[in-house]
Amino acid sequence: MKLSEIRDLLDARVIVGEDKLDIEITTAFGADLMSDVLSFARSGCLLITGLSNPQAVRTAYALDIAAILVCRGKFLTDKFIETARELGIPILWTRFIIFESCGRLFQKGLTGCIRKTDGNEEKIIVR
Amino acid sequence: MSDEDFPESLEGIYRIQGRDFVDAGIISSEVKKSLQGKGIPESIIRRIAVITFEAEINIISYAEQGTIQLFIEPDAIIIEANDIGPGIEDIDLALQEGYSTADDSIRELGFGAGMGLSNIKKFSDIFELTSDVGQGTRLKSIVKLNG
Repeated sequence: MKLSEIRDLLDARVIVGEDKLDIEITTAFGADLMSDVLSFARSGCLLITGLSNPQAVRTAYALDIAAILVCRGKFLTDKFIETARELGIPILWTRFIIFESCGRLFQKGLTGCIRKTDGNEEKIIVR
Repeated sequence: MSDEDFPESLEGIYRIQGRDFVDAGIISSEVKKSLQGKGIPESIIRRIAVITFEAEINIISYAEQGTIQLFIEPDAIIIEANDIGPGIEDIDLALQEGYSTADDSIRELGFGAGMGLSNIKKFSDIFELTSDVGQGTRLKSIVKLNG
């Protein structure tokens, strides 16, 4: 799916990356916890998040994430936008909540960049 | 220390001030940029960027000050993160996923959920962590270039 289609599906605004709307994205990862993004997300995916600080952009840059979709109409700071421009990470902004955004994108064929985390069922509870 | 004391493989030294949250992550970005264009596989660069990010967040979050050093060896990339700070009392506990002593200023950044050290370990081929309580912590992470 092209970034421009994601924009249209979610009635999103392109904050950074008007020149990158043709990039193809097939997978996504949604989280507000950047440690989990660093642990589980894959290069080339769409990061769906409610976190709109420079650390979200730097996390995307570390992993070669294709673009960030900021949900829930979060307020964006100049520093966030500047960092995204500097590192070349496209930013889409939508008022849809994460659940709605994920649902709409999944319905149109986008899938998780991983389906589940690995792990041992016996280790669910940490003391 | 004179320049001659540094090994040839030292690619960069980055200094970090504790509690300086605004630019958290910038060293990870700088380290990544400095590794590009050197024929290092992108998957290795991503691992180093993740390791550096988490090490940087740890120093900012818990230490008074610290440094991150990047070494490029013929067969490996090495990250060393050394800090002056409270140290870690129980390293096994600190390495446990989900264990954290982070405060809200760290959590607002999207970190502090007790994943940092286990992430560093996960992305390292060799991982060493030592600490002197009341003095500081030393972390060494090696990512091999040939698998």
